[in-house]
Amino acid sequence: MSLSLQEIDRLARLARLRLTPEQALDAQQRLNGFFSLVEQMQAVDTTGVEPLAHPAAVLQQVALRLRPDVASETNQREANQASAPAVQDGLYLVPRVLE
Amino acid sequence: MNAAATASTLTSTAELHQMGVAGLGAALGARQTSATEVAQHLLARAQAHSGLGAYLALNEEATLAQAAAADARLAAGERGALLGVPLAHKDVLVTRDFPTTAGSKMLQGYRSPFDATVVARLATQGAVTLGKLNCDEFAMGSGNDQSAFGPAHNPWDLARVPGGSSGGSAVAVAARLSPAATGTDTGGSIRQPASFCGITGIKPSYGRCSRYGLVAYASSLDQAGPMARSALDCALLLTAMAGPDLERDSTSLEHPPEDYSRWLGQPWPGASAAQPLQGLRIGLPREFFGHGCDPDVLAAVHAALAECERLGATLLDIDLPRTELAIPAYYIIAPAEASSNLSRYDGVRYGHRAAEYTDLLEMYKRSRSEAFGPEVQRRILLGTYVLSHGYYDAYYLKAQQIRRLIAQDFQSAFGHCDLIAGPVAPSVAWAIGAKTQDPLSAYLADTYTLPASLAGLPGLSLPAGFGAGHMPVGLQLIGNYLSEARLLQVAHQLQLVSDWHTRTPPPFTHCPKSHP
Repeated sequence: MSLSLQEIDRLARLARLRLTPEQALDAQQRLNGFFSLVEQMQAVDTTGVEPLAHPAAVLQQVALRLRPDVASETNQREANQASAPAVQDGLYLVPRVLE
Repeated sequence: MNAAATASTLTSTAELHQMGVAGLGAALGARQTSATEVAQHLLARAQAHSGLGAYLALNEEATLAQAAAADARLAAGERGALLGVPLAHKDVLVTRDFPTTAGSKMLQGYRSPFDATVVARLATQGAVTLGKLNCDEFAMGSGNDQSAFGPAHNPWDLARVPGGSSGGSAVAVAARLSPAATGTDTGGSIRQPASFCGITGIKPSYGRCSRYGLVAYASSLDQAGPMARSALDCALLLTAMAGPDLERDSTSLEHPPEDYSRWLGQPWPGASAAQPLQGLRIGLPREFFGHGCDPDVLAAVHAALAECERLGATLLDIDLPRTELAIPAYYIIAPAEASSNLSRYDGVRYGHRAAEYTDLLEMYKRSRSEAFGPEVQRRILLGTYVLSHGYYDAYYLKAQQIRRLIAQDFQSAFGHCDLIAGPVAPSVAWAIGAKTQDPLSAYLADTYTLPASLAGLPGLSLPAGFGAGHMPVGLQLIGNYLSEARLLQVAHQLQLVSDWHTRTPPPFTHCPKSHP
């Protein structure tokens, strides 16, 4: 398994990252190095093994709990927006998306 | 009434930092000192030792207000194991009174509008927060050298890493800046720094401590736990931290809260006081004692295990045949979950936003690339790859199947033994910078901690002596699900007959003010 620079560019685009050519090269080398580590996994026969997504599933039946769909929090708009990069009149500002 | 003034003083306030959680709790309860006095002493110490890089944020006003509130409760006659006891939080747990950065430029200056559940639970018991502790960026690392705000230094040798990702937590406890700290463990991030710095730390069973307010790295693995000087102190903290949080964490276990100190000092069931571990069967996985582990580490671990035998325990060899596969499984599952979790950082609602951009997509890309460090970007790319169309089955699903096999191996092993013991890491702490250019070798060093993480089992590290360069070595104890109280019981029995956990790195024995 080895990734081309084109594939690294595609991954960066999907991950919303902007890599310089040097960073892309570095990422290519390191990811390809990583694949040497995961190849041993492919040799393991996992036919019929149920994937374990949640560790507690070994212990008990887990169904992700849902709570009633009702408002449980008080309005904390100001506190929540205190760390926002750009806010006006209680709204988050983003670059224009529709012309 | 001024609580500090009414409290009679200990022989010397300069020694307050040498007291652990249990000792401080008792002294506070006996009114021999006050929460304010202890907090002031430790804040001065944190400032005097700021070069260690343990703390990322202090807020003296908030700390002293919490201490005054605890003193008022003490003055009113209230008592509690943690009432007035100071501690500090890893900076991936959100706090209202302190900024939370997760060690990343992405969250520089971020203020959470709420406290994480474990933070709130400790505060309810009257614990006083000293500050926020350094860690690898978004908890991704094993040396604390991936923090955007600089490394933390191992108090036993300042040129070495303290381990990670909960490096600042281990430094603060080992250098006696705080009697205890919270940490989080995704693949070993409590146990390995505890081992490297000579302190005690426990990662509970997955789901014991609420993840509400824990900045997410890999949600199916992340688990908070205490780091302190002894099993006793960890038990007191875990009792306050753990418990169901069903409304706010969908993976929180429904088991009722426990007193994790209830078996401390008691012999193993059926054993006598003279041989308190008689009947205890300790399994030693052959895969943990092979050529991959440094001889100095093995020597210390074997000496600690011999102590267990003297206390009556039986040692037996077991197999965890899929141990090596834990590395690829973990480094697929964790980055996959990270790439998903970290997609929330888009520069809109919180976090860093680039100064210049032409459109929305450009804003996302620039904001993320400017603020995420290299290791975080690598793991996001890796996670994006293994989750992408056409590769999901070959990597992510395969890794989850192997995760099942690893969990089954543990269950087979627990058919023969009561707990599993071995080294925490294959070496003592390495030099700062030694593995920065070679993350792959750092990944390999996680071999002994990853299996329990993938299976969701509780794991504890306690000091077991010293290895090369007089650096601490930890003994790892892994128990079956929900066996934390038993792990702590065994660790405490060992600490009753040994003094490794009482050792202080020489430069940090004394108070810098009284001993200039």
